[in-house]
Amino acid sequence: MPQSDDTAPRAETEAAGAPAAAPEPAPAAGAHDGDGPLIRFERVVKRFGDNVVLRELDFNVEAGERVTLIGPSGSGKTTILRLLMTLETVNGGVIWVNGDPLSHMRKGERLVPANERHQRQVRRKIGMVFQQFNLFPNMSVRRNITEAPVHSLGVSREEADQRAEELLEMVGLGDKIDEHPTRLSGGQQQRVAIARALAMRPEILLLDEVTSALDPELVAGVLDVLREIARTTDITMLAVTHEMGFARDVSHRVLMFDEGQIVEEGPPEQIFGEPREERTRSFLHAVLESG
Amino acid sequence: MNFFVDALPLYLNGARYTLLITVGGCALAFAIAMAVGILGSTRSAALRALASVYVEVFRGVAALVLMFWLFYAMPLLTGYRLEPVFAAILALGLNIGAYGAENVRGAIKAVPRSQYEATVALNLSWTQRMRLVVLPQAWAQMLPTFGNLVIELMKGSAVVSLIAVSDITFVAQQLRTFTGETVLAFAAALVTYFVIAQVFVALMRLAERSANRRLGRIPARPRRRAKPAGAAAKGGAA
Repeated sequence: MPQSDDTAPRAETEAAGAPAAAPEPAPAAGAHDGDGPLIRFERVVKRFGDNVVLRELDFNVEAGERVTLIGPSGSGKTTILRLLMTLETVNGGVIWVNGDPLSHMRKGERLVPANERHQRQVRRKIGMVFQQFNLFPNMSVRRNITEAPVHSLGVSREEADQRAEELLEMVGLGDKIDEHPTRLSGGQQQRVAIARALAMRPEILLLDEVTSALDPELVAGVLDVLREIARTTDITMLAVTHEMGFARDVSHRVLMFDEGQIVEEGPPEQIFGEPREERTRSFLHAVLESG
Repeated sequence: MNFFVDALPLYLNGARYTLLITVGGCALAFAIAMAVGILGSTRSAALRALASVYVEVFRGVAALVLMFWLFYAMPLLTGYRLEPVFAAILALGLNIGAYGAENVRGAIKAVPRSQYEATVALNLSWTQRMRLVVLPQAWAQMLPTFGNLVIELMKGSAVVSLIAVSDITFVAQQLRTFTGETVLAFAAALVTYFVIAQVFVALMRLAERSANRRLGRIPARPRRRAKPAGAAAKGGAA
């Protein structure tokens, strides 16, 4: 597993002109059909009451791409992930996943708001890790990881068990499989939550400020696991994070948000190295100062 | 002292009916509470309305009058006479079930929204969500109130003495009539009810403790889980 201090050398090689980054991201294995982007936001509007969180937002994410969303709180980053996970519904525009409308379904030529069944179909490909872990306290670690594959994907118990063991091994918690989640530290709970999300074999993994609720000394362990996933898989990742070192390491592209719109986007070395927009500069300055 | 020695078998016999009605009534009330409570927590306005009509009707009806109606009035309308014990079970179960339904609905609503969101992220269906996550967590929340309702129902079972079922209260009245020992007859009944209640209380305590242990709350009283705001998230126990 890579150490958390591998930040510097890696950033250097990228800056030195080995653009493993955005232009040609690793294509996802098989499943992605068609030429279009894996995720497409088309003039997406989201309001909470009078508060417009996203205003006609357009952006694409290619299969296999790892995108980090940064920006001040309240700028709509988390809302984007929650819309993708169908935890919120759009007020305008359409979200496409793999060419299928997520927020809507086709009815003849028209698009109508999606029903529960359609959403279950489309969101099968999407997994999410939450800021507060959200493990199920009524289940052991093992069942937290295996219940959804067994019941939702129809995987056999034995297969789900075996996969849970592998995943826990990967996140460094092989010995905790029969523990109760409430007996684990926050960092351990979050790593279980990552294993739980991966057990569903998602094509898209959404990471919603996954280290924000952790004590500082527990952050590195969780980020190491995510770096490892980025290194060894081609899962498409969308991450909202305040960990700029992590964003720099793993992402192909960084999107800077403010007031529900993209202020600036580009490869991490550009955004962090030579941000063009004043708002990006002041945001990064504030974040790095406080960090 | 002789009174108690002589009367003990009679009270024990009465307790059999009291227990029978309590257990039967609780089973019915529990089934109703779960079904109506779950309906009341769905997103469908029609189902919720159905649940709330049930709750309002049967919470507002006196169990005693309902039992009289089932026992005396229904045979006139349908020609079918219920066993008195069964009429009591039905009346108490329908009545207490309405209270229980509100308890179930409240407990389901108290499961944190973040748990619901995790089930969405894992693509569980509504049924799977309820069965695997929501109800097991709500269960610990339901139990204390269910415990109270069990005791309510047990004490309420005394109404059967009015339709000549020889439960504890009926036995006490008979003894009073035949021996004239009013004070002793009812004192013995009070003690018998109290002892039975203590047994139920102890059983419910055990159930509560095991439910909390399954949610990882080791000490008897739960500490509430971290608030989603992020302030309270200090990693949990190591």
